[in-house]
Amino acid sequence: MAVRRLAPDDIQPKSFAFSPENEIFAQEQIAKYPPGRQASAVIPLLWRAQEQTGGWLPRKAIEAIAVRLDMPDIRVLEVATFYTMFNLDPVGKHFIQFCGTTPCALRGAGEIKKILERRVGEQSHVSADGNFSWLEVECLGACCNAPMVQINHDYYEDLAPENFEKLLDDLAAGRPVKPGPQSGRRSSEPADAVKTLTDPALYDGSVVGAWRKRFEEEAIKAVETGEAANATATAAANPKPAKPDAGRAIGTESADTPAKRVKEGDAPVSAAERKDAADQTRASVDQTSKGAVPTPQSDKSYGATPSKPGSGQATPDAPTTPVAGTPPSDAPARRDGSESKPDVVVDPTKKPS
Amino acid sequence: MLQDRDRIFTNLYGLQSPDLAAAKMRGNWDGTKFLLEKGRDWIIDEMKKSGLRGRGGAGFPTGMKWSFMPKQSDGRPSYLVVNADESEPGTCKDREIMRHDPHLLIEGCLIASFAMNANAAYIYIRGEYVAERYALQKAIDEAYEARLIGQDNIHGFPFELYLHHGAGAYICGEETALLESLEGKKGMPRLKPPFPANMGLYGCPTTVNNVESIAVAGTILRRGASWFSAIGRPNNVGTKLFCVSGHVEKPCNVEEAMGLTFRELIDTHCGGIRGGWDNLLAVIPGGSSVPCVPAHEIMDAYMDFDTLRNLKSGLGTAAVIVMDKSTDIVRAITRISYFYKHESCGQCTPCREGTGWMWRVLTRMSEGRAQRREIDMLLEVSTQIEGHTICALGDAAAWPVQGLIRHFRHEIEKRIDDYAANPHSESVMLAAE
Amino acid sequence: MAKIIVDGVEVDVPPEFTLLQAAEAAGAEIPRFCFHERLSIAGNCRMCLVEVKGAPKPVASCAWGVRDCRPGPNGEPPEILTKSSTVKKAREGVMEFLLINHPLDCPICDQGGQCDLQDQAMAYGVDTSRYHENKRAVPDKYLGPLIKTSMNRCIHCTRCIRFTTEVAGVEDLGAIWRGEDMEITSYLEKALGSELQSNAADLCPVGALTHKPEAFHYRPWELSKTDSVDVMDAVGSSIRVDSRGREVMRILPRVNEAVNEEWITDKARHIVDGLRLQRLDRPFVRVDGRLQVATWPQAFAAIAERVKGTHRNKIGAIAGDLASVEDLFALKSLMTALGVANIDARQDGSQMSPAHGRASYLFNATIAGIEEADAILIVGSNPRIEASLVNVRIRKRWRMAPPPIALIGERVDLTYPYAYLGAGAETLADVAAGRHSFLDTLKGAKRPLIIVGPGAYAGANGLAVLSLAAQLAVTVGAVSDEWNGFSVLHTAASRVGALDLGFVPGEGALSAREMADGAVEVLFNLGADEVDIAPGAFVIYQGTHGDRGAHRADVILPGATYTEKSGTYVNTEGRVQMANRAAFAPGDAREDWAILRALSDVLGHRLPFDSLAALRQRLYAEHPHFAAIDSIAPSDGAAGLNALAALGGSPGREAFTSPVKDFYLTNPIARSSQVMAECSALARNLRLEAAE
Repeated sequence: MAVRRLAPDDIQPKSFAFSPENEIFAQEQIAKYPPGRQASAVIPLLWRAQEQTGGWLPRKAIEAIAVRLDMPDIRVLEVATFYTMFNLDPVGKHFIQFCGTTPCALRGAGEIKKILERRVGEQSHVSADGNFSWLEVECLGACCNAPMVQINHDYYEDLAPENFEKLLDDLAAGRPVKPGPQSGRRSSEPADAVKTLTDPALYDGSVVGAWRKRFEEEAIKAVETGEAANATATAAANPKPAKPDAGRAIGTESADTPAKRVKEGDAPVSAAERKDAADQTRASVDQTSKGAVPTPQSDKSYGATPSKPGSGQATPDAPTTPVAGTPPSDAPARRDGSESKPDVVVDPTKKPS
Repeated sequence: MLQDRDRIFTNLYGLQSPDLAAAKMRGNWDGTKFLLEKGRDWIIDEMKKSGLRGRGGAGFPTGMKWSFMPKQSDGRPSYLVVNADESEPGTCKDREIMRHDPHLLIEGCLIASFAMNANAAYIYIRGEYVAERYALQKAIDEAYEARLIGQDNIHGFPFELYLHHGAGAYICGEETALLESLEGKKGMPRLKPPFPANMGLYGCPTTVNNVESIAVAGTILRRGASWFSAIGRPNNVGTKLFCVSGHVEKPCNVEEAMGLTFRELIDTHCGGIRGGWDNLLAVIPGGSSVPCVPAHEIMDAYMDFDTLRNLKSGLGTAAVIVMDKSTDIVRAITRISYFYKHESCGQCTPCREGTGWMWRVLTRMSEGRAQRREIDMLLEVSTQIEGHTICALGDAAAWPVQGLIRHFRHEIEKRIDDYAANPHSESVMLAAE
Repeated sequence: MAKIIVDGVEVDVPPEFTLLQAAEAAGAEIPRFCFHERLSIAGNCRMCLVEVKGAPKPVASCAWGVRDCRPGPNGEPPEILTKSSTVKKAREGVMEFLLINHPLDCPICDQGGQCDLQDQAMAYGVDTSRYHENKRAVPDKYLGPLIKTSMNRCIHCTRCIRFTTEVAGVEDLGAIWRGEDMEITSYLEKALGSELQSNAADLCPVGALTHKPEAFHYRPWELSKTDSVDVMDAVGSSIRVDSRGREVMRILPRVNEAVNEEWITDKARHIVDGLRLQRLDRPFVRVDGRLQVATWPQAFAAIAERVKGTHRNKIGAIAGDLASVEDLFALKSLMTALGVANIDARQDGSQMSPAHGRASYLFNATIAGIEEADAILIVGSNPRIEASLVNVRIRKRWRMAPPPIALIGERVDLTYPYAYLGAGAETLADVAAGRHSFLDTLKGAKRPLIIVGPGAYAGANGLAVLSLAAQLAVTVGAVSDEWNGFSVLHTAASRVGALDLGFVPGEGALSAREMADGAVEVLFNLGADEVDIAPGAFVIYQGTHGDRGAHRADVILPGATYTEKSGTYVNTEGRVQMANRAAFAPGDAREDWAILRALSDVLGHRLPFDSLAALRQRLYAEHPHFAAIDSIAPSDGAAGLNALAALGGSPGREAFTSPVKDFYLTNPIARSSQVMAECSALARNLRLEAAE
């Protein structure tokens, strides 16, 4: 993550607005979260803005989303810079995210990288024809199909120098390409040697309902023995509770986890403590600094199904900050981002929003 | 080898259709209402008895985690959050679940949420999984359509399931960082206590579970805790998705019983080690966060939490990264070290400063441009990171380095000596960049 | 209470204490960078790690509660170790990490000598570095005219972000990028938009944020330190004035829980250059329409000549906003001796009077008391610029658990949400008459707080509005034995002291406004620069700066600023505080009481005190409560309120507007300060830009 900056002013678009369908998308996203929690939608909205702009995130989009979600500009900028999938500079028509992490590297990602360097050039630079740019990213989670790249939205897996060169050729020529494994594999099965999941009984519907027999037997047994309470406890071995920390290698459990309490026979956390812990005034993470309502919201938040956009509309509650140094009596409704270093040219078309 | 009829993820490879009708044929959504009617306590009890340990890496008992949620609401809603931010290098199991067996996950979400009295659940999927996101959203829409979930569904428990996506940050796989991210902030882990079960998403009681842990719930309840706990070895029971990558003949995902040996796993499913077993150098058995294990120790080791723990490594996410003797192990670990440097959120000091330091030193070491004494210094730096950070990323960054030094110190030393004996003609740069 | 053993010492602390607090209670010192008592807990520097017995790894003591510790196996109290080898090693490790990318440029760093990192590296660090890679380079950020950045030094404690977000209430600062590339900045390097921003530089534990106006001007160990109080507003923040030789170099906040906690406004801090610039350092006398330098005797003679030929009813005195009680007392004594009843310290035209009792013009709830209030009505005030630290308290109260807050007056951003009821007196009347539901909210509150600001009381019908507010306070039961929620917010540091002294026109005498409008022939102007004095009168201006008052003067007597004299100030709560002399007035300028004493001699009415001590003796004899420094003399709340409520009158229909138009330029010292001018211009430009 070398030092990155927002794209230079001369290529920044002068304005940004969601297209009508993306505006609907934005409303749907916001509706997913409880009222007043519209900030949760910041990543999906930034992502959609990036898609709309052709793969990168202009400054005006950041500001527009800040307005849309009633967040301070800096908070949106924080998010846009923290997450690496937000490109702050234009990318090629085919933006190649090349996985260079160890599992891919073990399977020959180095060769792929050389091809990219040869054919596209330096990282984070758009090729002269505008077709390609590439970036080495961290594990993309397709390690069984290594090496792989992600081009725009799609994964191209099981790469080898030959099929990757061909892939790039096809993309450059505008020919259709097939995402997924380039070797002919279906997905992450062992190539040409699937030994599992071959039993047709799994798929012919015969498994449906088969499990109920157990409950029926238990029910009968319970009636017979009258020991209904113990009926379900038919586990083969009396399973011991697992050691909570056994999963980590040389990991040490944190000093006082619920797990440890339970392991040592204590109640995890008493109801009273739990309530206390929820008390906002003792929160170790600041919860109150943003919203007007510091106590957790219990209002029904999930009344809105995804098919009903709008019913979960954001409810902006707190006025936003005024401009730097303004006597607040004269503060505008909102910061507009046009103030900057004295030597930075201020966009005169910027309207307070 | 695990019998096909004992496999939970019956469409792991996507050979069948992922859609609802086919999923129902495979037994998904079969009698879910019946299971819910058995009651909250029964579900949690059954999950506890099953011995299922969280599949996200830490191996925390899932049923126990569910039981931490308040039985009685104090006015705040409860949430289930499913951690589908699968980013641990080597791990690619949740992706297959979400694109090929999404209904197992959705059904699991309903069951888990019912057990925890959460009327809403969020699935946090990593941003890079675009196709998987669409696939999963399609399945969720199908479930809504079929009134399997939603306000007025056939199960009689109002339940909303939302899909939320990230945008490229490994740290969001940490549960509290995930919650922060879900709240629209930077993914910076929170201090614990308070734990999410007390104060999680939006300050409400929240449980964060891995995709696999949730997706197996339905089948476990149907087939019974006894069925699940009979598979595997004591305290390490059930089936598990293994992601085998690296230098095997046929890298693949496979569902296997916990506690099969490494040799079995590789020979049965992966076509053996590239170049034969003698060519095996080392294995990272649980995703990049766990230390590597040299060949002779891992070959016949059981692939389960406790055995690998005793090998000073761990099962983690069961992402098995195999390295044969052609591997430059120092560079392989250096690359992992870079990963942690890249993914450190920057919140707390040891991780922010230490991960970069380790990577820079390792980079030099991988070329030999270092001093022998720096190996001990590196080890000490890693111990200064470990255990001193807010979340486990610091530990995860330190362990691979410690594993490298523990098992391959001689390799680093050799490289340093070689370099000292035969330095390159260009001047030695002290800095790593 | 919970027991806990710290390094073998058992202490009893409240269970909600953190381990850090518990350790401090036990006398163990815990190093920290990110932790600050008044900010939320971040737990990110990891310097405060301690060992909890039984825990496998050290825990951050700033974030770990005593109640989170589990007792020993036999129920013995939890035990923590702050000096063990584990802890020592952890601290050394953290310190090493903090320093690997820190430039170690202490010799050229303004924080040198007052740097937490420097101090703690000495105490807890090791003496060598094992880091041989290149250090991180971070571009410096522009954050406005007050904060200078040197971001290489930043240790990412996020105190500055938390301060601006939580206390100042402006979400301007953030940390962008991540990992080791994380950078603190404002959005695209905009100037910070808070009137409290400089406190962020105070909070910075390293030299990443320093005070721009003071850059490279001093080393902290060169300065002599004088405790004092701020007079830029009526809050009376506790400050420390640091001076070198006869020059004031900087002003810092002092901790005073009752008033300013540990914050001060940018105005209080950065008017330092205003104490030096535009100073009146010699007497002047207007000759043939031009002010000419004179000697003290010449100036006095010119005054004496005019005074002697003028009837006492045609003589008056107006006192300004920065006058100390001693100055006012001396001037009032002189006027009394001359038989003059035309005295007034209320240059804003307000009509408050000590006649109704002290409770009628004080911020009775007290500033700390705001935290107790459970419903707040702000009438005709913009506390954010009129008394920023009062606003900080209201915000603090709001952050604890939001009480209902409503505002009548200008619709402004107060950094917290409020219900906007209306613009002026009519709305207030509506509320008082129960035509608004907020009345029920106030009635339902145990401790309703009604803040009446200058927008309400300084208007033409100010007294009637004040009376109406008092009626409302009586209606909602804002006054009880342990609570008085009727709170008048003043903006002038001298005002309450003047009212206490009775520096108001006597029966039938002229008010400040009448005097300024030409009703007198000779006008003593003690630093009143906010009034326009009509042509005609002979004006004797006694003040410190070449400001509005001096331009209108016929004789100028150069006085001393609040840092150059010992003076008593009474803040809006009625708290008597003492400002102390940190430097000497320039040139021929003298302390104001001494000037008046010397003038009285020339006028033939020698004042009966020859020293400040003698003056104070007489002052305390007449007004004993001035002797009770740092306390608020109890007043009969109910009586004052009833007296005020009984006045009645027509409050009119005017909208309330704050008299403070420019936060940065409210008094002659601030208007002389280049730093304040820069801040003001910046704010003005931003307003213009935003208005486009």
